[in-house]
Amino acid sequence: MTETIDKGRRQLLTAATTLTGAVGVAFAAVPFLASWKPSARAKALGAPVEIDISKLEPGAMLKIEWRGKPVLVVRRTPEMIERIGAHDALLADPLSNASRQPEYARNPERAIRPEYLVLLGVCTHLGCLPQNRFSPGASADGVLTATWPGGFFCPCHGSKFDLSGRVFAGVPAPTNLEIPPYSFAGDSHILIGLDPAKEA
Amino acid sequence: MADVKAAVAPGAGRLVRLGAWIDARFPMTSLWNEHVGQYYAPKNFNFWYYFGSIALFVLALQIVTGIFLTMSYKPSATEAFGSVEYIMRDVEWGWLIRYLHSTGASAFFIVVYLHMFRGLLYGSHRNPRELVWIFGVLIYLALMAEAFFGYLLPWGNMSYWGAQVIVSLFGTFPLIGDSLIEWIRGDYFISDITLNRFFALHVVALPLVLIFLVVAHILALHEVGSNNPDGIEIKKSKGADGHPLDGITFHPYYTVKDLYGLSVFLVLFAGVVFFAPEMGGLFLEAPNFEPANPLLTPEHIAPVWYFTPYYAILRAVPAFLNTQVWGVLALFAAVLLLFFVPWLDRSPVKSIRYRGPIYKAALMVFAANFIMLGYCGLKPAVSPFTKMSVVGTIIYFAFFLLMPWYSRIDRVRPEPARVTQ
Repeated sequence: MTETIDKGRRQLLTAATTLTGAVGVAFAAVPFLASWKPSARAKALGAPVEIDISKLEPGAMLKIEWRGKPVLVVRRTPEMIERIGAHDALLADPLSNASRQPEYARNPERAIRPEYLVLLGVCTHLGCLPQNRFSPGASADGVLTATWPGGFFCPCHGSKFDLSGRVFAGVPAPTNLEIPPYSFAGDSHILIGLDPAKEA
Repeated sequence: MADVKAAVAPGAGRLVRLGAWIDARFPMTSLWNEHVGQYYAPKNFNFWYYFGSIALFVLALQIVTGIFLTMSYKPSATEAFGSVEYIMRDVEWGWLIRYLHSTGASAFFIVVYLHMFRGLLYGSHRNPRELVWIFGVLIYLALMAEAFFGYLLPWGNMSYWGAQVIVSLFGTFPLIGDSLIEWIRGDYFISDITLNRFFALHVVALPLVLIFLVVAHILALHEVGSNNPDGIEIKKSKGADGHPLDGITFHPYYTVKDLYGLSVFLVLFAGVVFFAPEMGGLFLEAPNFEPANPLLTPEHIAPVWYFTPYYAILRAVPAFLNTQVWGVLALFAAVLLLFFVPWLDRSPVKSIRYRGPIYKAALMVFAANFIMLGYCGLKPAVSPFTKMSVVGTIIYFAFFLLMPWYSRIDRVRPEPARVTQ
């Protein structure tokens, strides 16, 4: 039995203990960091919302709340769908390349079924709620002129969107209105917040 | 300490004996001497040296008023706005406590900005005070976080949308962005959950961090000794007693001077608290007198004035490659650059008094530019403010990034051996 200290062994043991401790600390940190994720209640409140569209008249709009944001559902008439295609030259992003929407809604109608338009009622400029001004032509209050094809008008800063929520060029809003993920449950219900099931 | 214990003379008074009893168990006298009674500070401190002690006072004021505010405040989305109104209208003296706290927040930043400017004036960031400076920058960062979290608590509409804008900054990071903001908010939008955790961070976590950093800042300062307007080391010329010839003890000399400075500050501070607590919408913004409304955005969202220089930098950088992350990176870079100032500055002298015309001009342009950026950040993003923000951002970064070059080639004057009057 000697009194010499094996420095190498001591260093190795110190390093191994430190490493083990650090792993333990990392594992112990996980519950605390994970506690910041949306809680079960927040998830439940943010779960997909089912809307009954069977009583929605052609040309009418429904407004519901999903995750704190207004969601607008419009049942477009054949004339409204027809009017969508007539003004691509006036739009800032007619093909929705710079805008936010699920892939299945990246088309001129910006919809899974052209008859139903689903979008977030949040102006892409500063988040105001755009109004529905679906009838074409000049409006009584003068903010819309005779060439107006019908669509959405933001009362805050005058941004204009067509009946697909596509933004007109020259207004403050930079991109088209956002489309949330949604899917159809049969013919009479829409689920807001749930992508359609992938087809095989 | 043993020697202190031994010093009690027989027949000494009760108070002296009590002091000796404590000193034998806790380093009361030695702590006092090391940091106050026998702490030798340069005798040539000027006006600029008031702001450290004033910042300390404001920190104490924020903690005390904050504690009393939490006694009546309710951190929930349904009650927060109402509870602030309750404090203002129904709690005895509640209006005063709240205005002290809200004005204190702005005062804290004014004092800290002046304190930091003092550092750049006299080279207080230079060797051997790099760690004093780094702790200072960390305090500044913690203070910004503290102010940001606190601003959501009144749950006014500007609180709400300001938080919305700042939190969405983190959403610009590629890949992780969306889950990162979800993690910060704890929900799919700024909600009761977000408010509750911001409250916890504002009243418990960050004050603890701030106090720890302030202690570290002062300990590091007292280890190396204070800088002074001449930017020379007083420890180089010591008298026979071992104390710096150009040093005077912090107490009573600087305690008295700082009390004078504090009383002048308090006159101005009280003026704002009593006559202009909203400062024309600068300290308390008009939309914040309406409750938070997720469905109604204020006309123009601007952060509180002390963040606006960085907000202007954020907006000055355009989006490219399909992402806005560059502005966010510029914002973070602008603050993180401060950490490197001790090494970016290559001048052979510390103080502005002996530096050449280039540094003098650069610092003045930087200060004016910082104020201009702050002004642009308050304004909507329209011409001419967008263009001014771009120019201001370039000047901001040039001041730091070109510093290794211009601070070295500058024509400097020789430093004196002893401090001047």
